[in-house]
Amino acid sequence: MRLNIALFGVAREIVGQSSLEIEAPAGQSAQGLLAELHARYPALAALSSLAVAVNNEYAADDVPLHERDEIALIPPVSGG
Amino acid sequence: MIHIDLTDQSIDVAAALRSVEADGAGAINTFIGTVRNQSTGRAVVRLEYEAYDTMALHQLRKVAEQAAEKWPMLQAVTVIHRKGTLHIGDVAVVVAVSTPHRAESFAACQYIIDTLKQVVTIWKKEFYQDGDVWVAAHP
Repeated sequence: MRLNIALFGVAREIVGQSSLEIEAPAGQSAQGLLAELHARYPALAALSSLAVAVNNEYAADDVPLHERDEIALIPPVSGG
Repeated sequence: MIHIDLTDQSIDVAAALRSVEADGAGAINTFIGTVRNQSTGRAVVRLEYEAYDTMALHQLRKVAEQAAEKWPMLQAVTVIHRKGTLHIGDVAVVVAVSTPHRAESFAACQYIIDTLKQVVTIWKKEFYQDGDVWVAAHP
């Protein structure tokens, strides 16, 4: 399946673009996606934290991803 | 009544205060976050806030709803956060709450700003004379 991932802040700068399309096995979990992205972009591993959001909610590690999900990488937030 | 906004225009603090006025309120409490001129000893020139808008608005609303559950006497909540480029002294965020009595207004206001800083998908980049840093990105 093809996943479209929105990127923000330092994660956007590390990857060098504001979204990423990647081919993932069906049933890929949020944790699996993070492992794949860490392998492609080792600088992501140096961040204090990196979460996956699915449809505007923080996703638990084992949440399966779907092609139509709105997926985003969430580096450490710093609003306020 | 909950009012949430994310804006690239300067925040009208007086309007935010008016928005939580309520006949049942004996207390209005406000937190105003402003841009400081230094960070960990480095002089700050400006800030840029980037937001994942849809998620930030959704999470801000959830934080306000959680506050209304914890403090059922809450009369109104307004949270407005800036995005884009800000300079020293600019208002970055306003949280305003109204309650019947003062103790709950302090507690609810603090809960909202503290939780906002932990969960809301907004990122701050600080610009110095000699570089820039995404705040909190690295340990």
